[in-house]
Amino acid sequence: MPALSIRSLSKSFFGYPVLSDIDIDLEVGEVHGLVGENGAGKSTLMKILAGVYAPDSGSIHLGETDLRFTHPTQAHAAGISTVFQEFNLLPDRSVAQNIYLGREPRVRGFVSSALMNRNAQALFDSLGVTTISASARVGDLSVAQQQIVEIAKALSYDARVISMDEPTAALADHEVALLYGIIRTLTSRGVTILYVSHRLREIFDLCDRISVLKDGVLVTTRAAAELDEQELVRLMVGRPLSTFFATADADAVVGDVVLSLQSAGNAWVDDISLELRSGEIVGMAGLQGAGRTEVLEGIAGSAPFTRGTVEVAGKTVRIRSPRRAIQLGIAHITEDRKATGLALGQSVLDNALSVVRATTPRRVGAARRRALTMLQDLELSARGPDQEVRYLSGGNQQKVVLAKWLLTEPRVLLLDEPTRGIDVGAKQALYVLMRTLAAAGHAILMVSSELPELIGMADRILVLRDGRLVAELPAASDEETILAAASGIDTGVAA
Amino acid sequence: MNGRTAAVRRTLGSTTATVYAIFVVVAIAGAILAATAGSAFFTEGNLESLLTATTVLGLVAIGQTLVVLLGSLDLSVPFVVSLSSVLAAGVMLGSADNLVAGILTAVVASTLIGLVNGLLVGLVKINGFIATLGIGLIVSGYLFTNYQGSTGQASPQLVAFGGLTLGFVPVTTILMFACLAIVMVLLTRTRTGMHVFAVGGDPEVARMSGVRNAVPVIVAHALSGLFAGLAGLVVVARLGVGSPQVGSQGGYDLLSIAAVVLGGAVLAGGRGSLWGSLGGILIFATIDSILGILQVNPYLKDVVRGVIIIVAVAVYARRSVPRRPARFGGGAR
Amino acid sequence: MTTTTRFTTERRPLLARVGRGLRTPGGAIFVLLAILLVGLFLYNPSLGDPGQFMRFLGRTAPILIVALGQYFVIVSGEIDLSMAAIIAAQVVLAGNLIGQDASRILPVVLLMALLALVVGLLNGVLTTLFRVPSFIATLGTALVVSGITFYATGGAPSGNPVDSFREIGRGGIDKVPVFGFVPYSTIVLAVLVVLALVLMRRPFGRMLLAVGDNARMTALAGASVWWLRTRAFILSAFASTIAAIVLVGYAGVSPVVGQGYQFIAITAVILGGVVLGGGRGWVLSAIAAAFALEVLFSLLDFIGVQSTWRPAVQGVIILVALGVPLLRFTRRRSQTLRSNRPNK
Repeated sequence: MPALSIRSLSKSFFGYPVLSDIDIDLEVGEVHGLVGENGAGKSTLMKILAGVYAPDSGSIHLGETDLRFTHPTQAHAAGISTVFQEFNLLPDRSVAQNIYLGREPRVRGFVSSALMNRNAQALFDSLGVTTISASARVGDLSVAQQQIVEIAKALSYDARVISMDEPTAALADHEVALLYGIIRTLTSRGVTILYVSHRLREIFDLCDRISVLKDGVLVTTRAAAELDEQELVRLMVGRPLSTFFATADADAVVGDVVLSLQSAGNAWVDDISLELRSGEIVGMAGLQGAGRTEVLEGIAGSAPFTRGTVEVAGKTVRIRSPRRAIQLGIAHITEDRKATGLALGQSVLDNALSVVRATTPRRVGAARRRALTMLQDLELSARGPDQEVRYLSGGNQQKVVLAKWLLTEPRVLLLDEPTRGIDVGAKQALYVLMRTLAAAGHAILMVSSELPELIGMADRILVLRDGRLVAELPAASDEETILAAASGIDTGVAA
Repeated sequence: MNGRTAAVRRTLGSTTATVYAIFVVVAIAGAILAATAGSAFFTEGNLESLLTATTVLGLVAIGQTLVVLLGSLDLSVPFVVSLSSVLAAGVMLGSADNLVAGILTAVVASTLIGLVNGLLVGLVKINGFIATLGIGLIVSGYLFTNYQGSTGQASPQLVAFGGLTLGFVPVTTILMFACLAIVMVLLTRTRTGMHVFAVGGDPEVARMSGVRNAVPVIVAHALSGLFAGLAGLVVVARLGVGSPQVGSQGGYDLLSIAAVVLGGAVLAGGRGSLWGSLGGILIFATIDSILGILQVNPYLKDVVRGVIIIVAVAVYARRSVPRRPARFGGGAR
Repeated sequence: MTTTTRFTTERRPLLARVGRGLRTPGGAIFVLLAILLVGLFLYNPSLGDPGQFMRFLGRTAPILIVALGQYFVIVSGEIDLSMAAIIAAQVVLAGNLIGQDASRILPVVLLMALLALVVGLLNGVLTTLFRVPSFIATLGTALVVSGITFYATGGAPSGNPVDSFREIGRGGIDKVPVFGFVPYSTIVLAVLVVLALVLMRRPFGRMLLAVGDNARMTALAGASVWWLRTRAFILSAFASTIAAIVLVGYAGVSPVVGQGYQFIAITAVILGGVVLGGGRGWVLSAIAAAFALEVLFSLLDFIGVQSTWRPAVQGVIILVALGVPLLRFTRRRSQTLRSNRPNK
């Protein structure tokens, strides 16, 4: 009898299905891998199990009982705990205080710290962890230790099922081994683990069975022994590359080098050397945390490089601030539109003009006229220039962000996950636009976690791993090759 | 057990320790300055007045610490201090029989005001700064309208209590320390107290862990009202009368917040300690007392206070902001 | 959900825009102001006379100017609690330094402007570069400024400045068509309002709103966040100074002049629909709200409510203006609000 059964579970957001008709059984004491590309629906599935989202239809059974959650605490009470990627810990409180938050043990009406620390220490002992003191401040722990505290907290709810979302994303190699040990201890006690990771090596190291999600549909569930890495990647990707992506004109001209980095580095990336030519779209691939965003931030001056040299159009420059980068013709379209790309309460026009206003206020008049035609050319759907951008869809918000940077007439466009959170139609429009911009002589450096997008758009693909460039792959490389280079697994292709 | 030694080590290395180190330095500097001015700093009379100054602000700061830990603020405290003083003195009217009634009136009214603050912040979810400012303005309107100057008279027992000392330590100071101890127990030995830290640290984490966030918010604000009320009673015990201006003249809002911040608390909430706040108050009181001995112009005293507040907060604000862990060294900057 | 209409550069008809605007908090204040004015005229018909009304407007000018200054700071996401102290300091400076010597007016006014510049700069730098929360930084500078001023002037103001200086706050232009009498203070006010309107349409004003809305985005757009916010503090200090000059004429020198002005200003700015924390709000709405508040206070005077209740009225207005929308909002969506933080 399975520990947890998911039956014909479906969930859609705004009429757009993200999970359809999922059936998965988790056996008692197994490690069940859940893999899929970005947007395949893994996170949504985990959040439903955690009680953060309610499913539209379908059911979850724990043993005999049918579960329905309206609040995360109910999932805990039912014995299902989730370890999310972002830590849910209070750095200023002790380990024990974090684990038992909301359920502090009391003796004669008063919280007993001694008892709480003893319980926490017992929990760590049972996991075979000796390096964490229950009274230590969480903020003083290493990232790996914090991860273990998260797991201990999940376990402290007497969890029968623990789902983990990319638990190794922030860990170094030797710390991963520690995590493996804990997971084995847990499964030997009959705890079931649902393990989500992009790192295929871990999936094969740990998992008994593997479920593959693609575009919200369950592709298959198989025993790990029946699969190898190539086969798994094929199952995850297995989608025809259609004519969805705008192709480069045959006679497109790649021009001079406009941006070049030599051994650039800072606290987050190291020894980055690359060249970017006008008319070229260069893709940058890598796993979560590989340092892709940090490379862009280094170029754009928001987290400046401290080593190496940077040349723009042949001249050595020091970019210490976003302002300097903008003056040099560098535009940085950030990953998180809402947090760093837009002032949501301001109008379409105000957002579009913000960079010009900040850097070249004298040109605002001309820019205003160009902004209006540009927004029309971008086929923005909005009530008008006075509408607040918060009311626009993701794709239209992205168009406003693009407009605000294009108005500065940049030479170099740095695009960080440019199609995240926008719908298919808008994505295609963006691809066409990127081609047009490249054809007009812009140099584009694009970071994306969606491999098909990188393969479809980029003229060549740079791969980052652990803060360093590890490969440069030609256009139309296949996903297996890129994934192999990014995750460092050996698939017989030289990285 | 080793948990305890770790805790001790943590305390010693913490900002609280720094605060007391600063206090010691200030006190020594004060003694030297006083000596050069031809008078002694560590006299009983001087220490008594120093402790006396610590008491009223200390009571207010205990409540303020709770509220700041929570990530909120209480700007209504000066008006609550005044209100408590005029209510107590007004009810007592110098009669011994009205002592209990006067104390009860003041305490209940103060706690109720704190409770309203708590409900506005915790349930209506108005920003704490604004909610307590609004309530403070309402109370001040009441005070200005109904009281023009000093009013009422304290019961003789209260006045006697206010003058009582154990050696050079005023009994009211001991009362303040008792309150401090009680709140300490609340913060470390009750769920609500522990949840004050959690809600201040990250309300979303607290909520996800099953904490009902409104409870610590309401309790902390109500207690802040209560302690401001007690501070008002101490004022009445000292002055013998109630005064509608005593709170705002004392600048208890800014001074208590500054003391809390000086004591190592983070205004965004989640971090801070009562001992730290007490240290902050001692520093302020010592500096005040030094300036008093040196007979510094009262206006210049304000200047010094303002500078200390700004510098202290600026120094603490410089403490590291959490950022991405570095992967590569040599990122010298 | 999201609109799917195509983007056009045409603006919607004026009437439709006005109609929509009146339904926002920043627009509704004009309706409230109109209602209050009708009430005022009913209680005191003599104010219906243009000359009388201009005198009334002139008396409210200092408060409106202070609200204008506070608007810049609040819209950029900060708060200025040093305004009352600046007003008091400037009033005492004017009284003691100008005295009865009209030739000193210009140098003293320049000195006052310098003081405003320094204090505004200090407030801004402390808040932005030294990351001291603005309410603490400005309260701190308030202590310092008033302390220094009163120490330097011996604490007690030595008397009113020369009459020609006080004329700005007291005098006016007589025999103006329609109005009859136009106080100088209303002219000062009008000029400042026009300047503010222009400023808010300039890149500076637009970026100030953007900083209040999303400081991180504004920094990445190449703007200098600290300098934007610091300029807002400088403007606020100048507004306090101008209000002080008007007040010297109207009310005379006293260290308590201007007491409580900043809280009236903050109340007005909030009532005008300007969001604390920044990024939203119209400058005219803030002015209108400040005027509405003054009209309300006079109305309450006529009704017989003591003026000492004014702070309480402000408190109620603040709580209602902020609390009611939140209650309505939370009822509509059960989402959690993370508004539990002072100053972000």
